[in-house]
This record gives sequence, structure tokens and C-alpha cells, in this order.
Amino acid sequence: MSHKVIHALYNDDDILLDAVKKTKAAKHDIAEIYTPFPVHGLDKAMGLKDTRIAIASFIYGVIGFSIAATMLNYIMIVDWPQDIGGKPSFAFYQNMPAFVPVMFEMTVFFAAHLMVITFYFRSKLYPFKKAENPDVRTTDDHFLMEIEVNNNESELVSFLQNTGAVEVKVIDKQ
Amino acid sequence: MSSHYEAPIRKPLVLGNKTYHDVTVDVAKPVEGRANKQWWIVFSIALAAFLWGLGCMIYTISTGIGTWGLNKTVGWAWDITNFVWWVGIGHAGTLISAVLLLFRQKWRMAINRSAEAMTIFSVIQAALFPLIHMGRPWLGYWVFPIPNQFGSLWVNFNSPLLWDVFAISTYLSVSLVFWWTGLLPDFAMLRDRAVTPFTKKIYSIVSFGWSGRAKDWQRFEEVSLVLAGLATPLVLSVHTIVSFDFATSVIPGWHTTILPPYFVAGAIFSGFAMVNTLLLIMRKVSNLEEYITIQHIELMNIVIMITGSIVGVAYITELFIAWYSGVEYEQYAFLNRATGPYWWAYWLMMTCNVISPQVMWSKKIRTSLWWSFVISIVVNVGMWFERFVIIVTSLHRDYLPSSWVKFSPTFVDAGIYVGTIGFFFVLFLLYSRSFPVIAQAEVKTILKTSGDNYKRERENADHNHSHNH
Repeated sequence: MSHKVIHALYNDDDILLDAVKKTKAAKHDIAEIYTPFPVHGLDKAMGLKDTRIAIASFIYGVIGFSIAATMLNYIMIVDWPQDIGGKPSFAFYQNMPAFVPVMFEMTVFFAAHLMVITFYFRSKLYPFKKAENPDVRTTDDHFLMEIEVNNNESELVSFLQNTGAVEVKVIDKQ
Repeated sequence: MSSHYEAPIRKPLVLGNKTYHDVTVDVAKPVEGRANKQWWIVFSIALAAFLWGLGCMIYTISTGIGTWGLNKTVGWAWDITNFVWWVGIGHAGTLISAVLLLFRQKWRMAINRSAEAMTIFSVIQAALFPLIHMGRPWLGYWVFPIPNQFGSLWVNFNSPLLWDVFAISTYLSVSLVFWWTGLLPDFAMLRDRAVTPFTKKIYSIVSFGWSGRAKDWQRFEEVSLVLAGLATPLVLSVHTIVSFDFATSVIPGWHTTILPPYFVAGAIFSGFAMVNTLLLIMRKVSNLEEYITIQHIELMNIVIMITGSIVGVAYITELFIAWYSGVEYEQYAFLNRATGPYWWAYWLMMTCNVISPQVMWSKKIRTSLWWSFVISIVVNVGMWFERFVIIVTSLHRDYLPSSWVKFSPTFVDAGIYVGTIGFFFVLFLLYSRSFPVIAQAEVKTILKTSGDNYKRERENADHNHSHNH
């Protein structure tokens, strides 16, 4: 099903932010915004929900810690306990101080890598992925706002031109 | 504009009246242009050094560790010295990108990309040494916890050498994803500017299809912040664990509780010096003087001065504790360091690491490019000798005077060391020609607060405003 969207290009982050606020106030549908750098306050202005990726990272860290503790207990205490240098490893709590470095490293390893993998997965970033920014200038110095058209094309075009857009284009989207 | 306010007392971080587009063009220029003659000359020298080192590594592995200068008493020398030296250098990148991010230091943005690249390349050099020293590097995977072929005998998790395996591999891999995630938007910028289909293809693959959606940026910023929070204790843990290789032993001169903080301070010290060495050249060669300004160099020099002083305090504390402990073996180890056959190495270390950075108290010197460059080299020489002094002087006179010896390196020891320096520069030179060496997306976020033209405009506006009253 093809439908129409409008691409409004801006060349300044402050003008973009004002335009987003005005567009939201006028109750138009912002489909997406492409920017060359993170614009402070843009997610709030668009009404995006907060990301929960930090919570995910915490959970991954807890998993990493648990795996490390289980692995160390199995290898050093359960499977093959040894008396190394007069320091026997016959109980987890006795041997625990020597496990701290590895438990810490594995916590960080899991928290960091699984969080980044989650980020790549959720934002669909992977090698050979085709970029989807509609205009190459949005990685340079232009900011592109994509607005859904609901039988109000000419009204939207003039509205967006008044928000300071440097270019307003109507696009047929597949 | 009010949201971009920054106190006028803060000096601008981006000079030359830049617009967003100027930042793009300036960062893309070294990648899009052609390499000049100097680049090829330096690259050829680095490549030759690398190949020479590779030859020495192959000779070592095919013949044995006997090709090195090691002997019965000194069983660890240049290999571990080089390992610790490279790991130490690899600390500055994460420190700049993670710790300075948590402290919201905006000046990090011009230098974090290259500092992280340096981190990754130097940790690769460091990782080579334990691998070569194994003698049979193809069995390197034995360091991982897999039961061996005799049954279920595992690696020893009570050994600091095994902690090192976990620390170094976590550090290398986390630094790599931190770096690459930050690179995505900048690779996307190069992709969207590329004119030839080949470069377009390459940058399109490495940018993972980055499109710069608002939601992507929101996640990107959160991921960067959490990674910084994870990388900060990680970077401190890595050199702490490296110091455990020595501190948990019973060798006089190694068995000291001060080693972890002392090693971490030394690592930051040498890492910042190496960043200065590289960036002083890069800002000139790649025309980035308006981004990596004198102010950046000055701030780096201040960090070098402070960490150098911390290292100095650690040296003196070590001497005091050796005397105060009343243990004659400990006392002799330190007396021997300062006055024994390796006295010259000890005093070279003291001069390079403790005395030389003190010149940075002078504003004139710490804002001088030549002084900064010279001191950065001196510090790296000094930090190499610090590790040499700790390792060789603690070993060469052991408990049995009949086995007291001196260590002299062979050409293979030297060749491998020179080879890793060559390899490091090969990687860094290739990086500087194909990667966006400045985190341009991040620099654009601070342009309106810290660009000289924007600051000037704001101050003029304020000035006119106060006149109207």
C-alpha cells in the first residue's frame, strides 16, 4: 500500500526543535526524524519513550556474575579441588577472594556485550544492512522530519514551510 | 540559543568559525584525500620494523625461547616489560572516552576517537607477548577454562596470570565495541559523502546501515553512557590485575600492596604521553589544529604532570616502606635497584617519570608543542624503564648469591620489541587514512556551546544587552 509522506529538511538543530514542538502542538503525525548528531531534548519533544537499555544491561551483568560464580564454584571447588601453595580450595567462601577479579570481569563482559548486541538488534544495525536515511545530507548538516499525510497535503506543506524548513518535499512511500 | 550557554571563562574548543558542514568536510578530508609522501615514508619504516619483528617472532617460535637473553635467574625480562608497557599505554583511550565522559569533559570529544584507536592497537601488541612466550602459540586456547585431554583438570583460577587472561580479553573486546559503536554515525557520514562505488560499499558495510533516527540516537547516547560506566572500573581493574602478576608473588620488590594504584597511575601517565605523541603529529599532518587545539594539549599535559607526580610519590613510598618493613631482603632489593648494577636504569626512570613532567608547572612549557612532544617521548622511555627496573632488578639477584647474574638482551629481544612498535604504527597510520579520526557527530553537539564563533556571538549579544540597561 502506498501512502504519502512529507520530508521537511532543516539546517539547524534549534529550528528543528521548535518545528517539532509546533508540529506536535498542531497534532500532525511525526513518523521519523533523521539527524546527523544527537539533538538534545529531541526525544522528549517527539514524545519518545525512555529507552530501557540500561536496565537490560544491569540484568545482563547479573547473569554474567551468576555464570562466573557458578563456573568458578564448579571448576575450583566441586570438580577438582586442589591444595595450591598451602591454600586449599575446599569451600567457595574460603576461595572467594581469588575469584573476585574473574567474577568482576565476566560481569562487565556480559553487561557490555549483550547490551551492545541488544542495541544493534533493536535498532537493526548490522553489516550489509542498507542505510535508510532518505537524504544523504542528514549525516552531514541537515535534519529531516518525516510527517504522515492524511489528506492534508497542501495545508501541511505551507505549515512546514512556516516552521523554517529549507526544503519541503512530498514523497510517495511504498 | 540560551540552551547552548557556556560560561565565557571557558575557552572555545573548536576554532576557526566552523559550521556543521565545515566539521564534516574537515574530518572527511584526510580520508578522501590521497596520502602524501611523508605518510608513505613513515608507513614504509613502520612496515619494515614490523616485518623485522615478525621474523624475530618466527625465529623465537621455531627455535625456542633460548633465542632470548633470559637465563636461570632472570626468567622474565623484555617480554613482560613490553607487555606491561603496551597494556599501560592502552589505558589512556578508555580513560579519555569513559572517565572524561562521566565527568562531562567536553574537550575529550576531539581526541577520544584516536585515543581509543591507540588503546586497541596497543592492547593487541601487549597480547602478542604472552602468546609468543608460550612457545607454542597454537595452544594459546589452553588459557581458557576447558578441561584438558587428561580428564577434568582445569586452569587455575587462583593464578593472577589467569585473571590477566580475563581482564585483557574483556578490556580489548569491550574497548573495541565501544569504539565501533561510536564510529557508526561517522562511518555513515563518510558513506553518504563517498563518490566511488567501492568506498561507498566499504563504508556502508562498516557503518552497519546507520541512519540517524531519533530513537537510534536516544539508544546510542544511553549505550555510550552505560559503556562508559562499565569501562571506568574495567580500565582500573586491568592494570590492577596486571600488577597482581607481581604483587601476589613472594619476590622482594614485587610483593608490595602499593602496586595496583601505582601501576594504574603509571598506565594513565604513559597512555596520555603516547596520545600526546600521536596527536601532536596527527593534528599537523591531517590539518586538525582547529579541533585538537593548544588547550587540548595543555590539558593533556596537566594530566601527565599530575599522574607523573603520583608515580613519583609511589616510588618514594616504596623506598620508605622497604626500609620501614625491617625485612632485609626487601631493603636490599630497593638498595640494589638504586645503587646496584642497574642504577642507571633506576635513575633514568626517576628522571624521566618524576622530574621531567614537573616542567609542566610552567604555562609556557605546557602550551609549547615542541616541549609537549619531547616530554611525551621522555615519559614513554621512562615508563618502559620503570617496568624493566621492577622486573629485572628484582630478579637478577635472588636469594642465592651464587646465581646472581645480569641480563643482556639478544637481537631477538630487541627485534620483537621494535616489531611491535612497527606493528602499532602500521595500524595507526592505516587508521588515520581510512577512519574518521575525530568523533565528528559528537563535536557537532558541542559546536554551539564551545565553537569560537558561537561563543563570540553570544558574548557580543550579552554585551549589547547590558548597554541597553
